[in-house]
Amino acid sequence: MAAIKLSALDHIFEKYEGKKGKLIPVLHEIQEEVGYLPVEVQRYVSEKLGVAMSKIYGVISFYSFFTTEPKGEHTIGVCMGTACYVKGAEDILNRLKEELGIETGQTTADNKFTMTMTRCLGTCSMAPVIMIDDQVHGNLEAEKIPEIINKY
Amino acid sequence: MAKKEILICAGTACLSAGAEEIKDKFKEEIKELNLTEDYETKTVISNTGCIGPCSLGPIAIVKDDNTFYGHLKTEDVARIVREHLLNGRVVEDLLTEEEGEKVEDFKEIRFMKKQKRIALRNTGIIDPNKIEEYLERDGYQALKTVLNELTPLEVIEEIKASGLRGRGGAGFPTGLKWSFAHQAAGEQKYIICNADEGDPGAFMDRSILEGDPHSIIEAMAVAGYAIGADQGFVYVRAEYPLAVKNLKIAIRAAENNGYLGSNIYGSDFSFNLEVRVGAGAFVCGEETALIASIEGKRGQPSTKPPYPANSGLWGKPTVINNVETLANIVPIINKGSQWFSSIGTEKSKGTKVFAVAGDVKETGLVEVPMGTTLREIVFEIAGGIADGKEFKAAQIGGPSGGTIPKEYLDLKIDYESVKEAGAIVGSGGLVIMDEDNSMVDVARFFLDFTEDESCGKCTPCRVGTKRMLDILEKILDGKGSQQDLDKLEELGNVVKETSLCGLGQTAPNPVLSTLKYFREEYEELINTAEEGN
Repeated sequence: MAAIKLSALDHIFEKYEGKKGKLIPVLHEIQEEVGYLPVEVQRYVSEKLGVAMSKIYGVISFYSFFTTEPKGEHTIGVCMGTACYVKGAEDILNRLKEELGIETGQTTADNKFTMTMTRCLGTCSMAPVIMIDDQVHGNLEAEKIPEIINKY
Repeated sequence: MAKKEILICAGTACLSAGAEEIKDKFKEEIKELNLTEDYETKTVISNTGCIGPCSLGPIAIVKDDNTFYGHLKTEDVARIVREHLLNGRVVEDLLTEEEGEKVEDFKEIRFMKKQKRIALRNTGIIDPNKIEEYLERDGYQALKTVLNELTPLEVIEEIKASGLRGRGGAGFPTGLKWSFAHQAAGEQKYIICNADEGDPGAFMDRSILEGDPHSIIEAMAVAGYAIGADQGFVYVRAEYPLAVKNLKIAIRAAENNGYLGSNIYGSDFSFNLEVRVGAGAFVCGEETALIASIEGKRGQPSTKPPYPANSGLWGKPTVINNVETLANIVPIINKGSQWFSSIGTEKSKGTKVFAVAGDVKETGLVEVPMGTTLREIVFEIAGGIADGKEFKAAQIGGPSGGTIPKEYLDLKIDYESVKEAGAIVGSGGLVIMDEDNSMVDVARFFLDFTEDESCGKCTPCRVGTKRMLDILEKILDGKGSQQDLDKLEELGNVVKETSLCGLGQTAPNPVLSTLKYFREEYEELINTAEEGN
């Protein structure tokens, strides 16, 4: 993996200059750009914001959206909300595991997909659903999975 | 030819059902027939927020005569344009059929007929990205009235008199909350909109933010004036990208038009809004945890008192209101507290939005007066149970709520009655389950959720939910005993009594309520286990 150019992140710190409670939005934007939050990035954030490393790691490990591992090109979130659960989300999850050959939280060998379980996406009427990046796919049946994955 | 307007639902559910393709097809057809998209002259296509009957999506409504076309396919579009728009003939066979009859008018379809929309008054009707459409529907008039004609105390009195209670879960009187923050000493105060809609099965807040963001901005400005805050935050969960986007567009438009910023409507009131996106932690829906999260910390709750109204964000007096609560503020100011309090039951005024999902024929958002029965919602609005099956239970209020059986179908839903039945109205998630669902498994589902989302700060919640889950899994594995059942119940009550925040205090509800109403299902699993030994 190529080294991350830390100074390329400076525009993010500038944007939040003088704002209170900026740690979480800053981490969001960095993760958006870099894809994940490895220790060298955490150290840079610590220097830039004057926040202790322990605090930064505390925040990253608390919130499920932050990750210290690189993710695949696309992230597949399998909704595990109530309506999806009642409508068979587990079948969808199992089929995805089978098709991609990975468990939740893992990334495929070709670095294309990372699979996660998500909380309710609020599209319960389309249950069961998955979200690939920002796109929701609804009214799923396990048989539809290969076709959807092939689109990416 | 007169102007025609087509509303296309662009809520998350409809988008996932293909609304974007439908819209493109409309555009293509209109272009081909030279019905240019000029607002003044001919045909316009408008994106709206969530219209509500999500399971009928993708949806288009011909605004001029309210004709409703659901379950649209791209090949249907040409006929609607040619027959309906050009020749004024409704395309009969594309209408929704209910009990053998074709229904034409959007307001007459079963899912909409019995609804009373206050919080959802604009969603599905206006384009959320066009401030002028909000303005056409009396947008920012409540803010004008408040700034020009009322003192902050008069605003608070009006909200108090309306009887509005918090729609996020606990049902605390909104006016009272505002008055505490108003009275609290301090120059700097804050107003926060809690849009961390984490309850699985609830999606009304997402729909309101996606479909009518200005109503929340206006309500927050009104609240800011009432309590003396010049800064507001909207805390939205990260799972809702479209809500964040539409809200940000709306804030910018409000700033450009002078409804946010300095000296609003020429008064000396100034108010600014900032969006903060959550990062995937259910507990952040709890107000003290939410505050910690905005401050940039781990979202762990703290003990109350002090209450946020006295010492909240950065130690300053802070009011936190849920999205749906705020969506009621503007109508109350515009139409008066008396109008609002004439709707609903004695102690629960106004309407409640329910997100109906699960094994019913039609799912989506249902806004009905408080006091409407579960039967009306399930059978008259959502069309009853799908696939000819039997109603078994309704899970109301998400992980903090409970599961109520068919004996309670005629329960008039309001804060008090639902609590008495062992659940809570909560945020209004309503997942309907048919005969095929195991109630023990449903209880395990919710406990698995709360155990995972427990922030770990207090022992009863951190360890208690874990132990309860162990017992439940043991029972579901066919290895449980009567003793386990007693232990489960005892532990549930301890966690409920002794946890620090709302998450832990309500986490046992799904277990305790199923134990109360579906005990035989637990016992059956145990008996099978004991016979096997």
